[in-house]
This record gives sequence, structure tokens and C-alpha cells, in this order.
Amino acid sequence: MPEKKIRVLIAKPGLDGHDRGAKVIARALRDAGMEVIYTGLRQTPEMIASAALQEDVDVIGLSILSGAHNTICPQLMNLLREKGMSDVTVLVGGIIPEADIPNLKHSGIAEIFLPGTSTQDIVDFIHRSVPRA
Amino acid sequence: MSDKPKASAETLTPAETSASPRQPSAKELDWERNILQPTLAKSPERTYGFTTTSGHPIRRLYTEADLPNWDPERDLGMPGVPPYTRGIHPTMYRTRLWTMRQFAGFGTAEDTNARFRYLLSQGQTGLSTAFDLPTLMGYDSDHPLSEGEVGKCGVAISSLADMEVLFDKIPLASVTTSMTINSPAAVIWAMYLAVAEKQGADWRKISGTLQNDILKEYIAQKEYIYPPEPSMRLVIDTFEFGVKNTPKFNTISISGYHIREAGSTAIQELAFTLRDGLEYVEWGMRRGLDVDQFVPQLSFFFNAHNDFFEEIAKYRAARRIWHKAMVERYKSHNPRSWALRFHTQTAGCSLTAQQPYNNVVRTAIQALAAVMGGTQSLHTNSLDEAWALPTEFAATIALRTQQIIAHETGVTNTVDPLGGSYFVEALTNEVERGAWDYIGKIDAMGGMVAAVERGYPQREIAEASYRYQMAVDKKEKIIVGVNGFISEEKPLEVLQIDETVRRRQAERLGKLRAERSQAEVDRRLGALRSAARGNENLMPFIFDAVKSYATLGEICDAMRDVFGTYEEVAIT
Repeated sequence: MPEKKIRVLIAKPGLDGHDRGAKVIARALRDAGMEVIYTGLRQTPEMIASAALQEDVDVIGLSILSGAHNTICPQLMNLLREKGMSDVTVLVGGIIPEADIPNLKHSGIAEIFLPGTSTQDIVDFIHRSVPRA
Repeated sequence: MSDKPKASAETLTPAETSASPRQPSAKELDWERNILQPTLAKSPERTYGFTTTSGHPIRRLYTEADLPNWDPERDLGMPGVPPYTRGIHPTMYRTRLWTMRQFAGFGTAEDTNARFRYLLSQGQTGLSTAFDLPTLMGYDSDHPLSEGEVGKCGVAISSLADMEVLFDKIPLASVTTSMTINSPAAVIWAMYLAVAEKQGADWRKISGTLQNDILKEYIAQKEYIYPPEPSMRLVIDTFEFGVKNTPKFNTISISGYHIREAGSTAIQELAFTLRDGLEYVEWGMRRGLDVDQFVPQLSFFFNAHNDFFEEIAKYRAARRIWHKAMVERYKSHNPRSWALRFHTQTAGCSLTAQQPYNNVVRTAIQALAAVMGGTQSLHTNSLDEAWALPTEFAATIALRTQQIIAHETGVTNTVDPLGGSYFVEALTNEVERGAWDYIGKIDAMGGMVAAVERGYPQREIAEASYRYQMAVDKKEKIIVGVNGFISEEKPLEVLQIDETVRRRQAERLGKLRAERSQAEVDRRLGALRSAARGNENLMPFIFDAVKSYATLGEICDAMRDVFGTYEEVAIT
């Protein structure tokens, strides 16, 4: 039996259009053998949660550079809980001040990847945290 | 690629040099045999690729063999005259230094007004406004999608009332202002012109720059609202309005900066930006505007990345390509249309969150390249910008960096100090050739709007940015503090944006809507809507709406009603 591929939703929430990072990560995860769905730009937490449900993903990766993380992340985590999707691993990549990290993790974000992270570190983290079928 | 040295108007080939096989002189061959080979045998060179930041290969040594068909009269010329390789002014910085124009904006209009006045008091010579994401997307601060974004990446401007505060006690008659706004550019410009009018400044004399470059939004930065056709119409409306009313204002800043930040190579930045420029020229001509009336109001904006010589070559090639295109393609007769004027910003994407003080050094080297490349104005990034908008402390060092280059390094004493260097001239030629190749491909697709719709530049940039990231991940490229020379460090003090900005803005908007004449606002928005359905120039209608204190969101919505909105097909 071939191993089931890890399914990842890469999402770009908020009004920001700087999608260089989201695209690089999407491609790096795909090259690492994962099934990647990229939402495109300007997704609300509602849109991200329903896409995650519909696509039955194991991981959601949010790319946030605009400073809107403190608003967006808790909203998304609440929606995931409401939809019974607390088992989905949610990662954030982007420009996140160190001071905001404890609160984001408390809200249920599994890990925050800051600028300069290598794509391999993210691949490794996902492999460690998603149980294989 | 043709080997003929003379370019024809039809094919627009660049000056030929290194495309021809390299023919080293007897002296060079002799040196290779007797000096180089024994040296390499004893101590071989490093093994990793000698390439620029963009991955362009660089030779060990450049000699006259790298400039076989190079004609200094034709390809270099003198400064202030075609082909402008050496710069657009005969004396360059000996007469006037570049404009030191630091991009700033955060929080409310009051917050940014205070920063503007501080920067002017510190010797800055022009202003540059950063708007927040809701403003860039044409939403008011109290729109539901604005939640969490108000005042974060720039200043929140929702109406003329905010604009009046932003430029309070700043004389628009004498200070030039650049505004980084694209999809809603016509609206923000109308607000600016209304403030200038209130201050009693003469529109015919005021100067500044509207970014207004919608093509690079589709290509790279992605802050678009409407589909390409109506967006281009709005841009040409501002050109036409500018020719008639504000002859000294740059109605557009055709921007490679964001293309580069999105991960392009230097050649892609140059090629896509100049091809965007040609697209605007063609749309303006189709409107019936005279090339030599509106093109002098077009300006450019480039990135200054880490690779010193590649960047200098890029600026020099840019001027040569633009001159050639204006003269050969569009039969321009006005030297003011031929001379490519540009602003430069050091590369935000090159800044590291790790060991942030190193960013001062990166920025200084990048800024030096911009100056050696002949920029007309310059923004230097602050050391903390991989984390947040800059603190006053960091912004001051960034400005001081420019002042040190201007007054202490001596590079401003002479025009185009690198002119005639084998390496710089050969690299300028190679960058120019690479750009013409891309321009030819985009021409063949039917122009930039067509290329954007099929995702061509977007895909090229995504490829380049992925290649670069892989090179960094594999340590083929070393970034100090990130994948090499790593050390423990203390967190940096960064600027915190007051979380009450949105509430304060919402209150101000509520008050504005209660106090203005709603009937007048409705009437003027209605007039704009019906003009948008026809083909009149929309600037006068937008200006009228702005003056009735219709908000940015209301004005953009009136046009959304008619134009619809754009969704891209995401490419990964």
C-alpha cells in the first residue's frame, strides 16, 4: 500500500498580496511529496476553514506579513474548533513579532516560522507532527 | 540573436558585444598560459558558481575581448545626451544631489504627519507616503475586511478629511511628495490636489509622483481592484489630466521594485518594468495623447539589491533601452521623453530578521549602487524592516546612510565613475540583451496586458524566486546571519502600531458621514458611476466626489459597480 500523502492547504489571509513566500512554500512542500492546495489571495478565516474542511487537509499553512495575525489567527482557530477540525495542524509563516508568539501558540497555532527559515525545516516539522495513515 | 552591430528599428536589437564569440588578445592568451594556469595549478579557485544574486554567470576577468563591437560613441556617449548610459544630466550630482526620499506612513494621518515633519527637520528633501492595506485596496477603515489591517503597513486614508491632516503644515507648493498608491491612485491624487488647492498651491507648479502602476500589481504586488482594461483606462485618465493640469507632476512611477521583491532576477525586473512602460505609452497614444507631451511625466522606480555591479549595470541599461524604444519605436522628438528618470529603493527582501544591525551595511552598499547607477531619488530601508515598520531611531540611520554617501564617500564628485570599466560595460550590455529578449517575447504575446492575462511574467518570477530559495536552502548562496555565520542575539525593539487606530478612524468616518451633505455625495457618486459607463475622463468626476467628502471606499465602490473586480488565477 502506498503511504497516504499529507494534504496541506496554503492560505494567504487578509488584504496583503505579497505571495512570494506562500508560493515558494507551496512548491517546496509539493516537491517534498505532499498534496498542496493553494487558496490564492485575500482569504477570510471563513473561506480558509471551509476550504480546509472540503479538502480534508492535515495541515493549514498561513502566510501573513501584514501585521494582521493577531486578528486572523484566533478567528481561524475558533472556526476550526466549531467545525470539529481541532486535529488539523496550523502553521504560520511570515513577519510575526516575538512578543506575539506565545499568544498565537496559546490559540492553537502549532508553530510559527519566521523569515530566514529554510523550507526543509518546515517539511521536517510537518513530517514530525502529522501522524501518517 | 543577430550578430549585426547596427540595430534596426524593426528588430530593436541591443548593442552587440558578448553574444559574439570571445576573441582574447595575444597578450591575454599569453597571460593565461604563463601566469594564470600555473597559479590555478597551485591554488585553485573556489568551487561554487561565480554568479550574480540573479544567477547570472560572471567571468574571472573582463578585458577588451568582452567588448568586441562596443562603440563608446554609440554605447556610452556623454552624460545628459543619448543614449544616456552615463546619466541623464551633464553634471549629475555635482550640481544637485539626488532627492533623499524616505517612504513613511503608519497609524493615523496625525501619526504620519508627525513623522513627515520629523524627517523634513532632519534634512530629508522630499516626502513619500506609505498607505495601509485597506487604503491600497480601496476600502474605508471601517469596512469589515479592514479589520486588523488599519494603519499597519502604512497610513489609513479614507477621505479628504484624512488627507488634510496628513499634509497639515507641509507646504505642497515647495515639498514634492511621492504617493505609493495604485488601484485607487486617481482617488488619492484627487485628494492630494484638493489639499494643494486649499493651501493655495498652483497645480501647474506643484511636483510629486503618483505610483499609479497597475501592471506591476497584476504581475507582482497584487493590490488590484478592477480588471486590466478599466484599470488601464484610469491610468490613462490620470496621464491626460496631468498633461492639462499638472505638467510637473509624475503621473506614474513605473515600478520594478515590487517585481524584484516578488523574487525576479535583475534582468526580469528591468525587462518587465520597461515593457510595462511601453504598454502605458501605447495605451496613451491610443487615447490620442501626443507622446512628447505625456511621456515626460512618466517616471520609473527600481530596486537596489545586493549585487553591486549587476544593479549598476541594470540602471545603465535601463536608460539605454528606454531611449532606443522612444526614438525608434515611437518616433519621439522630445529629449525629455528619451531620458529615463528613476527613483530607487534598497531591497526590502534582502534584509534579514536575524542580526538586524547587519542590514545597515547591506542598505549602504545597495544605496551606493543606486548612486553609482545615477538615480534621481533614493529611499534607504531601515535596519528593523524585516520585523516591522521602522522606529524613528532606525529611520534616522537610514537617512544618515544617504547623507554619508552624498557627503563623505566622494562618489558624487564625478559623473558615472564606472563608465568604461570592461566589466561594467560588458555587464550593462548583457543585462540589456537579456531585457530585450524578454521584451521581444512579450511583444509577440501581444503586449503586457495579454502576457499578464496568461500569467507569463508571474510564472517567470515564481520560477526565479523558487530557484533562489533553493540555492539559499542548499547554501549555494550564503546570507550572513541566516544560513551562515549564525549567532545568538537579543530581540530588537520594534515599532508597535497602536491597536486603537481602527476605532479612532471609524469614529472619524462616522462623524464625517454625519456632517457632510449626503445628497451632494450621492449626486456626485452617481455622476461618477454614469461617467464610468461611458468613456469620458473620470478624473474630474473623482475630484468632484472627493471634494464632497465622499470616502475612498464609496468612490472605489461606485467604480466597482461599473467595472467589476479582478480575480487572478493563482500560479504556484
